[in-house]
Amino acid sequence: MLKIDRRLISYFDWITFAIVFFICILGILTLYSATRPPLDEGEQPPFYVKQLIWLAIATLTLIAFVTFDYIKLKNFWLIFYIIGILLLIIVLFTGKTAMGAKRWINLGFFSFQPSEVFKIIFIISISAFLEDKQSPLSIKDTLKALLIFGIIPFSLIIKQPDLGTAVLLFAITFIMIIYKGLPVRLLILLLFIFIISIFFLWEILWEGLKEYQKNRLIAFIDPSIDPKGIGYNIMQSVITVGSGGLFGKGFLEGTQGPLKFLPERHTDFIFPIFAEEWGFIGCFILLTLYFTLFIRCWKTSIIAKDEFGKLLSIGFTSIFVLYFFINIGMTLGIMPVVGIPLPFMSYGGTTLVANFIGIALVINVRMRRFELFYP
Amino acid sequence: MRKKDYIFATMIFLIFIIILLRLWQLQILNTEKYKKLAEQNRIRIIKIPAPRGIIYDRNGIPLVENIPSFAVSISPEYAYKVDINILAKILNLSAEEIEKKLSKKYESIYMPIRIKEDLTFKEIAMLEARRSELPGLIIETEIKRHYPFGPATAHLLGYLGKITEEQIKDNLQYKNLPSYFMVGQTGLEKIFDDKLRGTPGEKIVEVDALGRELRLIKESPPVKGEDIYLTIDALLQESAYKSLETLTGAFVAIKPDTGEILALVSSPSFDPNIFVEGVPQHYWNELINNPQNPLLNRVIQGLYAPGSTFKVITALAGLEEGVITPDKVLVNCTGGISFGAWTFGCWKKGGHGPVNLRKALVESCDVYFYELGRILGIKKIHKYATLLGLGSPTGFNSDEKAGLVPDDEWKKNDKKASWFLGDTFNTSIGQGFLKVTPLQMARVMAIIVNEGVKVTPYIIRGNEAKKENLNLNPKNLEIIKKALSAVVNEPEGTASGARSYIIKFGGKTGTVQVISKKLKEKVSYKNIEHHAWFIGFAPTDDPEMAFSLIVEHGGSGGAVAAPVAKNILEGYILKKRQLNVKN
Repeated sequence: MLKIDRRLISYFDWITFAIVFFICILGILTLYSATRPPLDEGEQPPFYVKQLIWLAIATLTLIAFVTFDYIKLKNFWLIFYIIGILLLIIVLFTGKTAMGAKRWINLGFFSFQPSEVFKIIFIISISAFLEDKQSPLSIKDTLKALLIFGIIPFSLIIKQPDLGTAVLLFAITFIMIIYKGLPVRLLILLLFIFIISIFFLWEILWEGLKEYQKNRLIAFIDPSIDPKGIGYNIMQSVITVGSGGLFGKGFLEGTQGPLKFLPERHTDFIFPIFAEEWGFIGCFILLTLYFTLFIRCWKTSIIAKDEFGKLLSIGFTSIFVLYFFINIGMTLGIMPVVGIPLPFMSYGGTTLVANFIGIALVINVRMRRFELFYP
Repeated sequence: MRKKDYIFATMIFLIFIIILLRLWQLQILNTEKYKKLAEQNRIRIIKIPAPRGIIYDRNGIPLVENIPSFAVSISPEYAYKVDINILAKILNLSAEEIEKKLSKKYESIYMPIRIKEDLTFKEIAMLEARRSELPGLIIETEIKRHYPFGPATAHLLGYLGKITEEQIKDNLQYKNLPSYFMVGQTGLEKIFDDKLRGTPGEKIVEVDALGRELRLIKESPPVKGEDIYLTIDALLQESAYKSLETLTGAFVAIKPDTGEILALVSSPSFDPNIFVEGVPQHYWNELINNPQNPLLNRVIQGLYAPGSTFKVITALAGLEEGVITPDKVLVNCTGGISFGAWTFGCWKKGGHGPVNLRKALVESCDVYFYELGRILGIKKIHKYATLLGLGSPTGFNSDEKAGLVPDDEWKKNDKKASWFLGDTFNTSIGQGFLKVTPLQMARVMAIIVNEGVKVTPYIIRGNEAKKENLNLNPKNLEIIKKALSAVVNEPEGTASGARSYIIKFGGKTGTVQVISKKLKEKVSYKNIEHHAWFIGFAPTDDPEMAFSLIVEHGGSGGAVAAPVAKNILEGYILKKRQLNVKN
């Protein structure tokens, strides 16, 4: 495994890596700006330093994850998957509670989010599961996939509670099934069942939501209902973005973040800080970087040499795109506020490492596209 | 490539376009709006109350002072985040109380919510220490009103209170003030609020979301309100209040030649210093449920029959009309006179014997005035009573009651009954339908000792007094004045028990029957006691003040009111001497 084919180095996708790395650097700069103390308080932990360390760790992890052939992962998917599900169960019993949700497992020296680890396992497993199934999928396989990768993790993650991640993973299961291929009739039937069940399950689902989750949804529909409560985040976020204008206020010139009008400014709401300081032009450049990244990941799925690689790339692409869209959408007031970080920019170690593993696997697929199956 | 691969790429592209459009909308189309909102976010306008003007007495003694104090408020946007338990513990308030304050409707997102005022230094230190746990905490310095004379000046100065909705409607200037601003609610604090209030300052500061001030952007200092100098003599005021404190009644003194009010006391009173913090409910209930009505200013709003003090007016009418001479014996008092089926008694059952004017005033013979009233008739009595200012406000204050001077026409219109001679008898001795305020009677006294010049009482120094010469015969006035001096200073006078060796004063006693004598024998509550009056002037030679005093249900004027007047005057003189020695 440590024996690296020289060809692989030349096939390494430097462009994808460079884009990701550049976005991370922009993220750390924004992090620095967002958390710079307005008063000499000295109470702020240096988030940007921590994130720099995490970036180094993530880069090393990325290198580790491109050194072996991704195809080998396929054979262990069930073991991975069982470990992942166990982690999700453990977190429910022993997890550290933060902001009303049990999402972290504390290992003493650091705590990590099992749902982030699970994301990786999830994509690998579902890709492996779907790979040797015939396309279009049979009803039996479809239901199996929905149960194993949809309903089980959904029920575990929603218990934490982490509505955002749960819904996202469920959506990805759907995308993957559709991507693999469904008979048109089954597709229509599934959509029909989906719509009908939403109709009937709506009340049960609504009742099942925590108060704050309901409030978020209400506030999304009309932020002015409670401008000082739940709607506050959305309004402040939109104000922050809007006040950036065409050119932005300039780096370290933003006021909304450092003056703490914007909550969660270093995690979920990091994009508005960037938008305030760099303006529309900066946002356009940032969006283009993301767009290029997503298109490259998507392209990988087309040029991958095998079905597993294709599914793997499309899985990670979907997860990045959805995270990106929901996060930015919520900061712009066009999506409900769910606790979803912006990939590569939001503060958070586990998430960064997990996303780098995802990118590593996509790069892995891309660089091995010329490899022979039977060398 | 398959078709669905393209669908996938298209989706990514669509997302890219949607976000870009939304950014265009926020950052290009509406950027000005959001820039303004962001600016408002970090800028807070703080109103700084101007110190109110000081109110001084005629000798420069402050009747009200400004004292610095500290208050704690919470920024409204943090109302739902603040740790109520910590606040409650430090401030010694209940959590519910704080919650109630925080959950109130906010006037504005930038107007802090006041939690507690008058913080101790310990409280301030504890709040500062835990500031990081108390987001939105603001500690404000403010200036508190303090009334050094407390209840003694309460009716005069009034009190401050938070601006009410009606006040904002009536006075648009109040609209720009935050609701915790205190404005005058009664008394001089209310009447001269515009003058005393000054102009609030404004501080524009950059704040963070915790409401902490980061940078001062602009500041305009407050302009202190104007000071007011009163005609009141604080020492007389205080002496009067002390003498009346345990009684229900009123005292008012005016300078006869100018109309300057020297003292104005109504008892029972209240402590305006308690009102400074906003009246506590229990104190307010206590005040409004008190049957003695401490909020009533008896000097201008208390209406009473004048009793025998009115004889001064009947006597003056007799002299001015020429129907009597000072020495003429008008009646031989045998203790009463009969009129038809009724008997009108004199207060002295054994009778006064032969009575002339002097004796009638000094010994307050009722029979003499019945006869004089009969001779004059109600029209003449009405004429002189109104000439001396009864039946209408003195012009001092808009809250004054007018009182009532009856005559036959009034009775016909108002009571639908005809006037009897008995009514004239009652009026002649100050009973019956007559109603006067203590201020009106003090002015009657002032007119008598000031050669018939009617002044309008006033309280702000430097005001021009309205004077009106009533063209009364100085000789007649002198006769009455001399007799009134004898009331106190001669052994047979009704107020001789109140004679003072410190200050020589004169006056007329009055005792007002509250209910008929027959009824009185049946019931024996305290509040069926007579009202005790004394109207007077001091010193007798060259009067510097004319005053009136009433003690409700006190008993007889001679036994109760006159000694209280003596106490007031002596207390004042002694205090003044003491201060002069010190100086």
